[in-house]
Amino acid sequence: MEDSEKKAPSVIDRYFTRWYRTDLKGKSCEDHCILQHSNRICVITLAESHPILQNGRKIKNINYQISDGCSRLKNKVSGKSKRGGQFLTEFAPLCRITCTDEQEYTIFSCIRGRLLEVNEDILNKPDLLLEKPSTEGYIAVILPKFEESKSVTEGLLTREQYEEVLTKRNQQEEPC
Amino acid sequence: MLSLKEKDRPIVRKLLCAGCCVRCVLRFCCVGTCSAYRRSYEDIHKELLAFISEESSPQPHDASGEEKTDEPPNKRLRIDEGSTEASVTAAQTDSDICPVCLGVLQDFCDPTFAKQVSDAVKNQQYEFNSLVLTVSLPAQLSVREHSCWLHVKKEIREKSMCLGKEDVIQVKDAFKWAVQGKIGQELGAAVLANSSCEVSVGFMHPETEEDCHFLANTCPDCFKPTKNKASIFTRMAVVKALEKISEEKFSRHYPCPPKKTNTRCTALDTTCLHTSVFIAGRYNKFSRELPQTPWVIDGERRMDGSVEELIAAPLLSSFRADGFNFSSSGREDVDVRTLGNGRPFAVELLNPHRAKFNRTEIKQLQETINQSSDKIRVRDLQIVTREATSRMKEGEEEKTKTYSALIWTQKAIDSTDLEFLANIKDLKIAQKTPLRVLHRRPLAVRPRLIHSMSSIYLDGHHFTLKLCTQAGTYIKEFVHGDFGRTKPNLCDLMKTNADILELDVESVDIDWPPAIPD
Repeated sequence: MEDSEKKAPSVIDRYFTRWYRTDLKGKSCEDHCILQHSNRICVITLAESHPILQNGRKIKNINYQISDGCSRLKNKVSGKSKRGGQFLTEFAPLCRITCTDEQEYTIFSCIRGRLLEVNEDILNKPDLLLEKPSTEGYIAVILPKFEESKSVTEGLLTREQYEEVLTKRNQQEEPC
Repeated sequence: MLSLKEKDRPIVRKLLCAGCCVRCVLRFCCVGTCSAYRRSYEDIHKELLAFISEESSPQPHDASGEEKTDEPPNKRLRIDEGSTEASVTAAQTDSDICPVCLGVLQDFCDPTFAKQVSDAVKNQQYEFNSLVLTVSLPAQLSVREHSCWLHVKKEIREKSMCLGKEDVIQVKDAFKWAVQGKIGQELGAAVLANSSCEVSVGFMHPETEEDCHFLANTCPDCFKPTKNKASIFTRMAVVKALEKISEEKFSRHYPCPPKKTNTRCTALDTTCLHTSVFIAGRYNKFSRELPQTPWVIDGERRMDGSVEELIAAPLLSSFRADGFNFSSSGREDVDVRTLGNGRPFAVELLNPHRAKFNRTEIKQLQETINQSSDKIRVRDLQIVTREATSRMKEGEEEKTKTYSALIWTQKAIDSTDLEFLANIKDLKIAQKTPLRVLHRRPLAVRPRLIHSMSSIYLDGHHFTLKLCTQAGTYIKEFVHGDFGRTKPNLCDLMKTNADILELDVESVDIDWPPAIPD
């Protein structure tokens, strides 16, 4: 029933604020959605307009090894203060996703903070990323510094601003 | 009647010469009878003088008042006039402050001070029938004691006797023996070695605070640097250093016997402390807008009231306590109700001015709490021991809890779709630390058991789910999956997106505290 879907409860609506970064690193339409929990923890996900999620693309490979010396899979945090987590800046790569059509995309952190975990389930089941990009297909969980909890979203777009970007794109009819 | 012996005579002489007060003299003679110290200063003084004026006799001497009057008058004259004993009496006048106890065993042993202490206790309005008296003395008294002991030891060694430091009566004990009778009398309470009510008397002596400082140079490893501005010369550190330092070294740095001072100790305010009282019970929470503990962020109250404040407020006022600590067997979110028999809790009341309550009075308190708000209810309220409160937290992983949850499903369901849930027993799930608490909890994976489930169909997209789970299970995350970080979750089981609309705790399966029949 359409009614129940409109009023459908959602964990994201209850606890999170959606923020967006579009055209990451100048690449057209490579949009990310940052879900910011009321407790300041952020979940990095693909925005619905990201190319990976368009045109029935399939994922060939997801690689968390972003350089010779750094794999996001090796990230280990311990204790309440999450010591040991890799510290990320806005353009730190999280992973590289290769689709079956050989297109390669890099997913970025978008915010400053300590990496808590990356989603290992999508390594085994990449379809999760395609089917549920906002929940089970999340990319990573990041904890911003306490002092930066509010400022971490400066420079990100609100949902309304993101929708304006989408509207503008549609008008210009840019393929993604 | 002081039971002084022949061998004590040179000690008494030497100490009186050094200006020691009479009670300190008794201490170094190892007089262990409490009554001796209760006698008036003049009384003890008279006896000591008589004792030392006597010639050595083969039998042990009992310097009682009677014998003094039998003494030939010319002997007494000799004392007053200018014999070797003259220096003793000259040095020992009441205005002179004892260089060992710095006055603690002089004026402060008078009935007037005891009354002062008692009045201070009365003012604070505690209810008690026994008390323990604790005394805190400035650290430098240990140094002066050590110095005096060395002084006496020298004398003794020459006469081939020995005096262990442990045999000397401590200033604290002598003081307590002198005053506790009067204090107990004034307060109508027994002064015991142990009691739930502690009366603390303290002394300080700023003039001699630097007496200890030389120890920092001679035994530096005894003194640990302190974080705040507190002095490193704690009583324990000073005592330790005195144990280590050699006699020779000590005598080089500090005069033996100790030098006299210009001022006596000053008494600090008498303080009282009653040991904590523990009240236990079980609480129900009927509101979905009440946190268990105060919800404050950045100094700002986010929501009014809390379970702990509603329970503790009447207790704080009846027990006249200074503060409280609230703990419970687990806790629930703001929006979760606690039904059934309720959740066990314990309140530690700090420094209660009144601690004795009978069953009826406690029942009355329970009523008061229940009347104060319809958001909570308390049962089985009772006073328990501190040890008993550990029952609440024990076996936190083994205990079970039952819940009732209102579930929404994305796909349309009918009642047959729910039947399979009742057949699932002891389902193993793995829960990563939920995102909503991850900011204050370590990241970990928690294995948990869902012991059993049952359901009540409501409509095409709603049903009530009842669960019995292992303690420590995050129910909300089991339902919606928490971004797939709890596996398996209800969405997996039912093959649809699902969310939790309401949650109630139906029971917390711990058989403590004992039920109190109404």
